[in-house]
Amino acid sequence: MEHLHGSSAAVGEGGALPAPIPWLGSSGKVAPLDGAETARRASAPAAPQLIQIRRSPVAPKRAANPTTTVASTTMTNSGGPSAPTQPNKPKKAVKKLPGSGIPARKVIRALVWVRRVAQVGFLGLFLFFLFHTAFRGTFAATAGEPVRLPLPVEGFLLADPFVGAMTLLSTHTVYRGLAWSLVVFALTLVFGRVFCGWICPFGTLHHFFGWIFPSRYLRGNKRVEANKTHGWQAGKYYIMWGFIGAAAVGSSIGGLLDPICVAVRTIGLGVIPALQYFGVRSATVIASSNVHVLQSATDGTQDFLSRTVWTANQSYFHQTWLILFFLVGVLFMNRFIPRFWCRALCPLGAFLGVFARFSLFGMEKDHAKCTDCNLCLVNCQGADSPQGGVKHRQDECHMCLNCETACPEDVIKFRFLPKRTSTITKPDLQRRTLVAATAAGAVCIPGMRIGNWPDKAYSEKVIRPPGAVEERAFLERCIRCAECMKVCPNNALHPAFFEAGIEGLWTPILIPRIGYCEFSCVLCGQVCPTGAIQKITEKQKMGIGQKPISVGTAMYDQGRCLPWAMATPCIVCEEFCPTSPKAIWPEAVEVPKRDSKYQKQGEQAAMLTVKVQRPHVDPGLCVGCGACEKVCPIVDKPAVYVTNAGETRSKTNVILLENTAYGQS
Amino acid sequence: MSDPSRREALKRIGLASAALGGAVVTAKLVYDPGGFGLAQAAGKREVRDFRIHQAGLASAAKDPVFAIAKSSTDPAELVRRAVEAMGGMKRFVSRGDVVAVKPNIGWDRMPVHAANTNPLVVAEVVKLAFEAGAKEVIVTDASCNEANRCFQRSGIWRATYAVGANVILPSAHRFRDMRMKGDVLDQWPVYQPLVNADKVINVPIAKHHNLSKFTCGMKNWYGILGGRRNRLHQNIDVSIADLATFMRPTLTIVDATRVLLRNGPQGGNIDDAKDMHQVIAGLDQVAVDAYACTLIGELPANVKYLKLGHERGIGSMFWEQVPHVEV
Repeated sequence: MEHLHGSSAAVGEGGALPAPIPWLGSSGKVAPLDGAETARRASAPAAPQLIQIRRSPVAPKRAANPTTTVASTTMTNSGGPSAPTQPNKPKKAVKKLPGSGIPARKVIRALVWVRRVAQVGFLGLFLFFLFHTAFRGTFAATAGEPVRLPLPVEGFLLADPFVGAMTLLSTHTVYRGLAWSLVVFALTLVFGRVFCGWICPFGTLHHFFGWIFPSRYLRGNKRVEANKTHGWQAGKYYIMWGFIGAAAVGSSIGGLLDPICVAVRTIGLGVIPALQYFGVRSATVIASSNVHVLQSATDGTQDFLSRTVWTANQSYFHQTWLILFFLVGVLFMNRFIPRFWCRALCPLGAFLGVFARFSLFGMEKDHAKCTDCNLCLVNCQGADSPQGGVKHRQDECHMCLNCETACPEDVIKFRFLPKRTSTITKPDLQRRTLVAATAAGAVCIPGMRIGNWPDKAYSEKVIRPPGAVEERAFLERCIRCAECMKVCPNNALHPAFFEAGIEGLWTPILIPRIGYCEFSCVLCGQVCPTGAIQKITEKQKMGIGQKPISVGTAMYDQGRCLPWAMATPCIVCEEFCPTSPKAIWPEAVEVPKRDSKYQKQGEQAAMLTVKVQRPHVDPGLCVGCGACEKVCPIVDKPAVYVTNAGETRSKTNVILLENTAYGQS
Repeated sequence: MSDPSRREALKRIGLASAALGGAVVTAKLVYDPGGFGLAQAAGKREVRDFRIHQAGLASAAKDPVFAIAKSSTDPAELVRRAVEAMGGMKRFVSRGDVVAVKPNIGWDRMPVHAANTNPLVVAEVVKLAFEAGAKEVIVTDASCNEANRCFQRSGIWRATYAVGANVILPSAHRFRDMRMKGDVLDQWPVYQPLVNADKVINVPIAKHHNLSKFTCGMKNWYGILGGRRNRLHQNIDVSIADLATFMRPTLTIVDATRVLLRNGPQGGNIDDAKDMHQVIAGLDQVAVDAYACTLIGELPANVKYLKLGHERGIGSMFWEQVPHVEV
């Protein structure tokens, strides 16, 4: 009780001293306690005091309201030109800040809302694009119209400067739409890492989870502690430099952790199919009720969802457990460290952080006014030391402007061309570690390729999408963004697990058993942001007037094939073979077949003669689409299967002496 | 610790008994002595018969069973004439009917390849159904290739949407298991929009088929099946007969305006198809198929499923003896 009196008296006297901050459990700047008071405190029962402190701000503060506001107005008017505070008007819109309660500038408060709208908007746009990374067809198209997606669904990847930089280093070129990444790059040079705080959909996801998800270990002082700058935040820079090193020796493996790639891969290959599975299963249960109203309602819902969010058929993706595990892992970390991903791992954030030093916009701090209330830290996204007494870390700052909004003391100011007296612009890195990280990334690539060299021990399962460039050039370009897998209408493309070696993790491979490559479809090339899959035309792919693009060759397992081994007619493979003339040709033969009806002991089984058509592959015509493998009725291990032998993109993985006069005779 | 009070003891005993009772009741309710799936096997045979009996009976002797229109090069005109010769669409479609039109939209091929039904033919059928008073006309098929692409590139989506049809794209939730109890088709997932309408009009295209030799109306019912229908090719003729037993359409309108003569059913080479400018409308799916199969130079007697259909009494494979007209 006495202590309380003391503190409120102090507030009254000083005017500038803050009231206790309720969720921090203690007041901001407290006058040093003398020995007697400490002793009294120690002896007094703790609990009631705590309750008192927690309750106190509400009532006394309201009472003190007019005086503090007046005080602050006068202060800011004398203090600086930058605070356009209105004279004392009864406003209810602005929540009263604790402490001196100096509200942030109007423009900043507005900008915070603009930021929130932008974040929601960009996340929405990202998801909209992701949902539409699928061909759904339209009634409006004529039969001859080439099938393309109407939207630039890969837009976020095109605007990704880290992808641009990686592929620039690995291929020494900037591929088509990747020039858009200059926009984000330019934005960073003007505003710092505004991409991280305002645009990045994966960042917004973490922002959101850091907001709704914190555990009880992440409240009050613990949150303040978590949001202070930590040494491990340098980790993302070393990761980024490692990836840059890898890119320099010819591998865009950095896409494994690029946030846009991660977002497309995890949401597109994991979250959406999982939701669809759940949705379709629930609909099936509801529809089995045989109540007509329920059935038509679920049919309508399913139709709507399959035309907006997912597609008509359930997608399955090979070994996505690791992809989802990764997503759940980084989202869960928000429980303990807000935006752990952005602060510790994100190579794109690090890349932008390197260039944030040039940004024209930035923060100025007036340390003298800081009362150490730590409100800025409670709301900080980037863990970039917005509080007084330390230098601001421009390379870590997401430009979310939360700190200035939260600051009740007029300490923090964001402005163009700020004084940099209390700012560190460069990442806090050890030069040696940086060089070591880059070198490690560079030597990793040959290290990984020794075990899976494209020319040598190359897995026959690595069937690359049609239009994919030669394997080494492919690894230079492929950023594992999974756009091609998401767009594939037949669910044929899948993230490789270790089929393509450890370096090829999550690169696209065709698994015909799950889905075959639609003959006239070139959508994977359309959405590929880096040119790992070229933007081929239908004519090139189907080989109209030229040699078609082949991704492999079909082979028969005659011991399993029904007409070959079991004297049973079938040739579904031939029926589905899309080339013209067909690469699979049937040979009509009469074969003996044992009558499988039960025979008495000692009696010979009757022998029948049946006509079957035995399929053969013409390797000169086969394009390796895998339609035959997909439809083969031998379910477990099909009697016809495709391997990458004879793929067009390779000069070495060739089975036939090439007929270079194709289509010219 | 002291002993529980009487009240406490009774409460605990009561709770334990309730839990046990609940478990017993649950077990009793869902007790399944036969094991998984046995209860289902008892389902009865299902048949989908959309035929117009009264219309057929009234003047069975003189009315044609099928009509061949070959006097025009305009597919829509051919459809109109053939249906007119069969007594007009009003004979088959009543006011307020939901009509399902089942073209062949099986393949990612364009109209010129003649692997899918001609969009002009399908659109004309839709128009006629609406003119006869149909409330809703559904156009759909369970495609072999990727459905969106088939629907778009066949031109059927655009053509039928333009005349007001409800084009439904096949998706997994629209298939439900049905018991056909055929010789090879027992229980199979069936595409619901096609079997739940009031009237069903089969609009197949006549074309070559490498395994069954010829595909048209009866084989077109493959498009009502989901699941792994590739297995059916081991006994393709019996499965086609089973399907034609299960599905009895109101009307079959065969598109033979352009006919795929080789490399069926998918084709892909323009030279494999030939313009024939014929549309056949009929009540008897076997007779219609038997006639159409002569167009690709095949004898009905050589097409095994036609024989099976004839033997099962679905229709007559001797189309010359069936009353028919040419218009």
